[in-house]
Amino acid sequence: MSSIEERVQKIIVEQLGVKPEDVKSEASFVEDLGADSLDTVELVMALEEEFETEIPDEEAEKISTVQAAVDYIKAHS
Amino acid sequence: MTDKKVALVTGASRGIGRAIAEALVEAGFFVIGTATSDNGAQAIGQALGDNGAGRVLNVADSDSVTETIKAINEEFGAPLVLVNNAGITRDNIMLRMKEDEWADVINTNLNSLYRVSKACLKGMTKARWGRIINISSVVGTMGNAGQANYAAAKGGVEGFTRALARELGSRNITVNAVAPGFIQTDMTDALPDAQRETLLKEIPLGRLGQPQEIASAVSWLASDGGGYVTGTTLHVNGGMFTG
Repeated sequence: MSSIEERVQKIIVEQLGVKPEDVKSEASFVEDLGADSLDTVELVMALEEEFETEIPDEEAEKISTVQAAVDYIKAHS
Repeated sequence: MTDKKVALVTGASRGIGRAIAEALVEAGFFVIGTATSDNGAQAIGQALGDNGAGRVLNVADSDSVTETIKAINEEFGAPLVLVNNAGITRDNIMLRMKEDEWADVINTNLNSLYRVSKACLKGMTKARWGRIINISSVVGTMGNAGQANYAAAKGGVEGFTRALARELGSRNITVNAVAPGFIQTDMTDALPDAQRETLLKEIPLGRLGQPQEIASAVSWLASDGGGYVTGTTLHVNGGMFTG
């Protein structure tokens, strides 16, 4: 079983079409990984599916970096 | 679950909505038609047979929308075609119009688009394919005395259509409006004869439209052939408004 970090990284690579090495923990989806606002919503949708959870809109808006995504998943799984 | 693409048509028990549901079945979709009453939903289910289902939905109520769309997703799969058709009229001259006549029309005819479209967007985004078709009215562009509420809602529908088309184009989701003129339905059967005569003089084709003539426009926008059209309002009105 891969770690949460690895699974999150894989989803980001798939959703945003970026290289795995660019998915650093401090990377911002919009500023560093070239995501637009729709991409970030889709990313959250993919995370919800992978981790079988529902992320409320107000929480989803705060997930703007790789680390924030990992932290959220860890806190809610 | 069904192998066919799922289409959702709100307000499908009568008139234009019913014709749209039938046309989409004809075009090969699995069609969920909604009505506000149990009887209406059952009748839709019977009419559509194996090619669809009827469900109760009140588009004016957020909880009803959330629950019903969720149930449809689980039972049949995510709707990839959404026809926002449900609507009401509460005609009155402005000087007499009650605030609830205004608010009910805006809520059912315009705020509903926010609710139902939003609830269906995740599925379409995921599929990278979607069609949202909003039923407007020629009145949204021309105006009509006694229908300030209805005209305001329908004008709003067309603005919503243009904005959402820009927002979702990158996900291969098209958003269009179809604006019927005067179509022969229960809504227009209620018009007094004198008013009908006056009305017909304004229509170059000299007759009211048939619900099927709106349905075929919707069906085309939902088809692959309509795939390069987005953000537009298609007027189907016998020439009474020629923009």
